[in-house]
Order: sequence, then structure tokens, then C-alpha cells
Amino acid sequence: MIGILVSVINGLLLGSIYGLAAIGLTLIFGVMKVINLAHGAMIALGMFALYFLATSGGMNPYLALPLVAIGGFVGGVAVYWIGVHRVIGRAELMSLLATFAVSMIIIGLGTALWSTSPYNVQINIPGVAIGNYTIPGNHLVAAVIAILIAAALYLFLFYTRLGKAIRAVASNRQAAELMGIPSTRVLAIAFGIGIGIAAVAGALIATLFPFTILSGGGYELKSFVVTVLGGLGNPAGALLGGLLLGFIEGVVSPFVDVSWTPVIEFSLFVVILIAFPMGLFRVGRGK
Amino acid sequence: MKKLALSLLISASLTAPAISYAKDIVIGFTTSETGKLNADSTPQLQGFELWRDQVNAAGGIKVGNDHYKVKFVKYDDQSTASRVQQLYVRLVTQDNANFLFSPYSSGLTATAAIISEQYGKVMITTGAAEGKTYELGNQYLFQMYTPANLYLASALDAVKAKDPGAKIALIYENGGFAKAVAKGAKQYAGKLGLNVVMDEAYDPSTTDFSPILNKVVTSGATVLIGGGHFADGSTLARQLHEQNMKLKMISLLVAPDVPKFVELGDAAYGVSVPSQWEPEVKFTPDFGPTAAQFTKEYKARYHVTPGYHAAGGYASGIVLEHAIEQAGSLDTDKVAAALNKMNATTFYGNIQFATDKSDHGLQIGHDMVLAQWQKDSQGKLGKQVVWPAAAGTAPLIYPISK
Amino acid sequence: MLKKPFFWIMVATVIAFVVMPIFGGIGVRESLFLAAVYMILALNLNLMIGYTGYVNFGSIVFFGLGGTLGIYAITVMGWPLWAALIGAAVVVALLALLLGLGILRLRGAYFALATIGVVEATKSFVSNFDPFGGSTGMYISFSSYKPLGGPREALWIVYFLVIAVLAASLLLGYMIKRSRFGLGLFAIREDEDAAMVLGVKAPLFKAIIYSVSSILPAMAGVLFFFKNGVIQPDQAFELTLSIEAIVMLMLGGQGTVFGAALGGFAYEQFRGYLLTSATFSNFHLVIAGALLLLIVLFAPGGLTGWLHERWSLTRRVLE
Repeated sequence: MIGILVSVINGLLLGSIYGLAAIGLTLIFGVMKVINLAHGAMIALGMFALYFLATSGGMNPYLALPLVAIGGFVGGVAVYWIGVHRVIGRAELMSLLATFAVSMIIIGLGTALWSTSPYNVQINIPGVAIGNYTIPGNHLVAAVIAILIAAALYLFLFYTRLGKAIRAVASNRQAAELMGIPSTRVLAIAFGIGIGIAAVAGALIATLFPFTILSGGGYELKSFVVTVLGGLGNPAGALLGGLLLGFIEGVVSPFVDVSWTPVIEFSLFVVILIAFPMGLFRVGRGK
Repeated sequence: MKKLALSLLISASLTAPAISYAKDIVIGFTTSETGKLNADSTPQLQGFELWRDQVNAAGGIKVGNDHYKVKFVKYDDQSTASRVQQLYVRLVTQDNANFLFSPYSSGLTATAAIISEQYGKVMITTGAAEGKTYELGNQYLFQMYTPANLYLASALDAVKAKDPGAKIALIYENGGFAKAVAKGAKQYAGKLGLNVVMDEAYDPSTTDFSPILNKVVTSGATVLIGGGHFADGSTLARQLHEQNMKLKMISLLVAPDVPKFVELGDAAYGVSVPSQWEPEVKFTPDFGPTAAQFTKEYKARYHVTPGYHAAGGYASGIVLEHAIEQAGSLDTDKVAAALNKMNATTFYGNIQFATDKSDHGLQIGHDMVLAQWQKDSQGKLGKQVVWPAAAGTAPLIYPISK
Repeated sequence: MLKKPFFWIMVATVIAFVVMPIFGGIGVRESLFLAAVYMILALNLNLMIGYTGYVNFGSIVFFGLGGTLGIYAITVMGWPLWAALIGAAVVVALLALLLGLGILRLRGAYFALATIGVVEATKSFVSNFDPFGGSTGMYISFSSYKPLGGPREALWIVYFLVIAVLAASLLLGYMIKRSRFGLGLFAIREDEDAAMVLGVKAPLFKAIIYSVSSILPAMAGVLFFFKNGVIQPDQAFELTLSIEAIVMLMLGGQGTVFGAALGGFAYEQFRGYLLTSATFSNFHLVIAGALLLLIVLFAPGGLTGWLHERWSLTRRVLE
């Protein structure tokens, strides 16, 4: 019984990080209807950024997080102008391919620079013991940070001028333009924020697990699942979706072989997408 | 620029030893320069290359009265099987490879193996322990590794001797090699009368092991055996440490033998690995260097102690070299016949291939050892051979006390 | 049809694929084999993306599932190759029809995401499903090649079979384009709601084309893995190859038979060159990615679009 409880707690902790990663993806989709296939590559870049700041730069990994976020934001804005701006409003195939091309370039460069052997960021935080089970300390810290960042983003989107502008562009770009919002600049900023969040999520994951430049791929797929659970384009839903995914993983794994978990996850993903295209947390049907 | 190149050429030809090579022997293979198997594949490639350079420096391979220079042609398989066949066919048809080495890993080798049959080329397989490939009716495959079903025999023997009542959890990557190992281990544990309380595979891309580790705690297991390749195995070892698992023995495949494993620090301590070879083994070789010579030369060149992936690569070279010299020819069938006849000891251990039609090429001469990461008197981590006890350089630490 | 120049271009292409390895030898055959498989994938994907406007990110699932079922039929049930080909194609087409009725209710990005989910779910299912060998996959005993004259001779037969599937893919794409059914698909691509108003049975049309586009890739999967000698799930259901098929389509120009075929061929040659070239092999992904980005941003019509801009003649000839 305790085993199941611990498994669920573990799942929720990790789920909050899945949620954070997915927020980056869903924010971009919500604002400019682009599914960012470079999401995984950006997560991986966040991992490496943290690694170099923490090992070569000698910084405390957690204090390095803001730098990773800023770097991600700047990189994201650059990617927007280079690869994404021209495909906004065109068929979704174009934006999918443009972001996929960016992903190929990043992964190709990363492979050439850092090979594909795993890297480790060493963190020693004592874990919390529950009976014979232990919840690792770095998981607890990472989950708390993920939720704080998600909350900060929520406050930003709802209570600042820029945040409101982003939401206005997301709901109706023409109308926002008429209200005097420079929509193109807002798009670039929103893309930057999305990438910044993906990079921080990657950095948090790097404090938990070894990683390579290819590691982002798995979290990208998880982000898709999470966004669909929470509703595409809905940042608050994404965090809930992440927690739900973590909860499902935690509840399921004591009862079936863990290698079956992806089967359950992705089947659920397809079914929910067909049955509730707007996500579980919002009533209504997709177009 | 041209002048410089010319003068370099001249000085190179002046300093090179005065050997006249009749021709080249071309050996083709793919290696995982990129992709998830990169860390495992690199030492194997280094083993190949060390052998090549030593052979060529010593005058090449002698075939009849001619000296042949060894030339490699290699491509990057990106750790995925999709292009392996195309690349191997290219090696045979366009690059005119005389002989083939296998890629790293059982999965890629299974894909490459059929080329040796289709195009009639000898392929020495190394870094590929899974045995099924040899049961398909081949004539030209020769396996350097002890087959997968025997991989964990030494670890289980050790458990049986130290703690026959141990509860064993088998936790392994859901992939060809690790699954074959686990299947063999489960059978062998049954034969020894050991108690396997958990038997579960995990997805190869797993990074979060906490669900499965929680299940290990629930099962009450005291010994954990399993793993897969470097990426998942090193992650598993790290999380075993972070989750403070109170296990008496941890034995993982492959990962602890890759030199990078030591970067895990305390998490590496006490972890054992079934190994095809360790630098401390003492065989009297019929041909080729001793283990000490190989270790010294490898270290001088790559600045790291060789593991068994490197030794397997190097040993593939000397075994092929020996067979070619015995055959006195580059002809596939003659060299294959020499390999079929081989029953020799090298620095890497005894080498003999099954010649039965049903499992031709399977390695039947070679035995494995168990190595464990231990601390020396200064607290520095190093690998020691711990089983079989007679061949060991240190006693097995059981239970691991952290 | 016999009067159309493009029909004869297709005939000439197929003849070239048959003749070239006979004179060029085994190396040429191997290169053309992979090119032909890629062309089959791109041509059939074109039916969904180019004709119907639905971005199928998971087309590889047909190839992998066809291969898995076909190899299962050969190794476990002992079927001959031809029966396995037909059996796998029929089962995959039926599954695709059922699945299509479900996921084709989604449009745009939602559909694209669902197809990714289908690939991942199928891959992890097959990896855990022991009758298909689980993650170890299935191995073909060399004796299975005996009926075709041994492993070496079987390669030629498999090659010609793949060329037959390629010919069928070309013809299928061409005939659909010139049919009333094809017109219905184009109407869906331009404006699905308007097409429905005009009486196009969009849900049915979409499910049918989804299923039709699965048949020939499934057969290509059987042939590819029969030649391969072993089938493992992570090789059979490689999402990357699925995305690469889209890249081929973009490279050649979506919506045309010629573009899809050219894209598949050119992409294979290009990647093959980068991967084996000493200078570029370290940067092959970077170069391929940069090229794709340039095409998407500046030449979305691909090679065919570029030709059309240059010479108006090609517009009438290349379909």
C-alpha cells in the first residue's frame, strides 16, 4: 500500500516537470498555432546549458536556472525570426517542417560538439524516507521549482500588460492588432518565453537524470501527451495535464510491467484526442 | 601548400620502415559514432584501430610470402539499424572489403549478419552477444563474445555461494540483448535453486527508474541483477544510489565496464558487472600480446584503462589475423575453415567457435568473469575481478555496505 | 491515358529501375532498392498530404505493421512470401480504414499529433507483444530463402518485387489524380466544409484514402524486412523515417506524382552521400536540416515547383 502511495508521489513530482515542459509547447501553439517540433531539441539545449554553467562555470545548479531561462528566451526569439516568422499563418505543414528543420540542425550540431554519450550533473540533496522507500531530494526540489515557475507565468499572463497582450493575440490576432498591439513583436516574445520555459524544464530534468542531446525527444512526446490532456493552447491545463500524466504513471506502474506504460499512455493520448480534442479540462469540441 | 604537402610526403616516406606491402587487406565495418550506442561503441573501435596500427607497424599480415597492409573502411551507423545493410553492402561491393567486423550491439549485428551470408564474406562479430543470429543457418559468422544466455552465470554463481537464500530481482532493458541475457539468467537461477522474486523489463528510453525501483522495494528483493546498455545502466545505477536502495548486491550489464561509469562517483561503488575480459586476467597466449602488454599499449594511446569492449575489438583483429595466416590466403572459405578449426588461447581468453550447422559461429571457448567497483586504501574507485574466486584480484564485497 | 506523356515518363522510370542494376551490378541495385522504398513511402504519403491536405506524421506505421505481420506470417505461420505480402496488405488496409474513421474526425495539427500517437502506441505495443517476438523481434531463418533460390538470389527477386510495388504506387497516384475520387480529395484539401456542402462525402473519402495509402507501404515493409533478415520494433516503427518521408515530399514538391517520386529518390541519394562522405558525415544532420529550412522558407513548391516556375511546359507534362 505504501508502495503505491510512494509511486504516486513520485509520479506527481515528475508530472509537474512534464507539465512545465508542456507549458512551453502549448503557449506557442496557443498564440501562433505552431506545433514546435524543435521543442525536444530546446529541452536538450537547456540540459547542456545547465551542465556547462554548473560544471565549467562552477555555479550552483539551481542558481543557474535563471540564466538558462534568459538564454532560452534570447535563443527562442532568434529562432522565431530565422525560421518561424515566415511560416506563420501558412499551412500547418510548413510550420511543422520549419521547426523540425531547426531541430535537425540543433541535434546535428549538438552531436558533433558533445557526442551522444550521457552527461551528468551531480547534485546531492538528502531524500525523504517513507518506510523502506526513499523519495530523492532533487526530485522534490525540482518539482517545487517547476510549480513556482508555472505560477509565475500564470501571474505574468493575467496581470501584466505584456501578458494580456499575448493573450489578446492568442485569442484574435486581427482584433489585437486593431487595438494597437504590435502583434508580430508579441509573437516573437511569446515564442521566446515558450522556448525559455522549455529550456528551464530541460535544466530541471538535467538535475535528475543523465542526458544526451537526443534526450529531449522523449520529453517532447510526453509534452504532446500532456498538452492534449490539458487542451492544446491552454497553459494552465498543461500543468494539470502534466500532473495527471504523472499520476497515471504512478498509479499504473505498480500493477503492470513498466514497459507497458508507454502503450497505455499513447493509446490514451489518441483516444482522448478523438473524444475530447479541447482537452479534459474544458468542455466543447474541436473544430 | 603543395610544397608543404610534398615535403611531408617525402619525410613520411623516409621515416617509414622499409616494408614493401604487396597489397591491402580491406576490413569493413560500421560503428556508432553518433546515437545512443556511442559510449559503448567507441572503445571497440579503439581496440580495432590499435590492432591495425600495431599490425601495420610490424609489417602487416603475412599471406604466403607477401605482406599485406591492413586498411579499414568504416561508416557511421548512427546507432540505428536502418542503414546498416546499405552500408555493409557498400563495404562489400564498392569498397571491396575482404573481411567484415560487426557493428556494436546485438541488434545492429543481427541486421548486418545476413550480408555476410548473402555476399560470402567472413564476419567477426564482437560487441554482440545475443545468440539467435547464429541459429539461422550461417556459414561465415564468428562470435567473439560469450553468448548472452551465459552472461550472468558468474554473478549467479557468486550469489549462490555467498547467500543461497537471496531474493533476486531481474530488471532489464526491453531489447534483444538484455532480454536474452535475462532469459538465460532466469533459467540458470532456477537450476541453482535461487529465488527470483521479480522479473521485469523496462523501455530502452527509460530515464526515470523510480516506478520500477519502488516495485523492487515492495518485492523485498536483496539482489538486483540486470541493466542493458550504457545509457540506461548508468542511469539505473545513479538512481539506485539516490533512492538509497538497501541491496546486498547490484550486478548490471555493460554500463559498469565502460570507463565513463566511474564519473558516477559513489553510485558506482559496489556495482558489479559480468565482463568478457578484465586487464588483470592472466592467460598465456598462443599468439598476440599478453593482457598486461595490451593494457599498457592501450593506456599509452587512449589514456584510460581498457574494458572488455576494447579488448573484444582488439582480439577480433588478432583472431582474424591468425586465421588468415593459417589459411595462407584471403579466400573466404579457406579463412572460414581456419576459424572453424581454431581452438586457441589469446590475452582475451580461450577462443573456439561452434561448427555445428544449427549454431555455427557461436563462441563456445570463452568464459566470463565478474568485476566489481571497489575502493582502494586511498578511497579511489577501481575495478577488481571478484569471480571466479580463484581468478580474482580481490574478494567480492557482499553485502555492499555504503 | 496512353496518350499522356507523363504515363510514358512513369513507364520509362520503371524500366530504368529494372535495367540499371542488371548492367550496373549489385552496388547499384542496393542503392536503388532503398531509393525505391523511399519513393514508395513518399508517393503514398502524397495521397494524404498532397491530395487531401491531411498531414500524416505517422505514415511509417503502415510500413512497420506490414513488415511485422508479413514476417510473422513467414516465420511463424510458414506462409510463402507472396501470401504474406497479400495478407499483410489486407490486414493493414482494414486496420487503417477503422482507425481512419476515428482519427480523421480531427483536422490540422490535431490530426498530425494523433498520427504521432498512433506510431508510438503501436511501436510500444509490438515491443511488448510476445507473439511478434517482443523487443527482440523476429529472425528469418536462411532456409526461408530456399524457395527463391537461396539468400543471394532472393535479393534479386525481392528487388524486382519492390520495383513492382513502386510501379503500382506511381500508377495509383496518377490514376487517383485523374479520377472523380481524386477531384473530391482536392476539394477537401481546398475547403473541407465547402466540399461537404457540394456533396463530397468527406469522412468516407478521407477514411478510404487513408486506407488506400497504407496498402503499398505495407507491402514495401514486408519486402524490406524480408530482405533485412530480421525485424525489430524500434527499426520498424522509426518516427524519424516518417518525418523524413514528409521531407522527401517537400523536396520534390507535394501534390504531384512526379515530385513525390523525385523527392524520394533525391533524398535517398543525398543522405546516402552525406553519410558516407568523409567531409560531411559529422554534419549530415545539420546540412539536411538547413536544406529543409531553406526549402520550407523559400521554395515551398519543392523541385517541381521550381521547375514549373522556370518552364511552363513542365506544368503540362509533369503530373
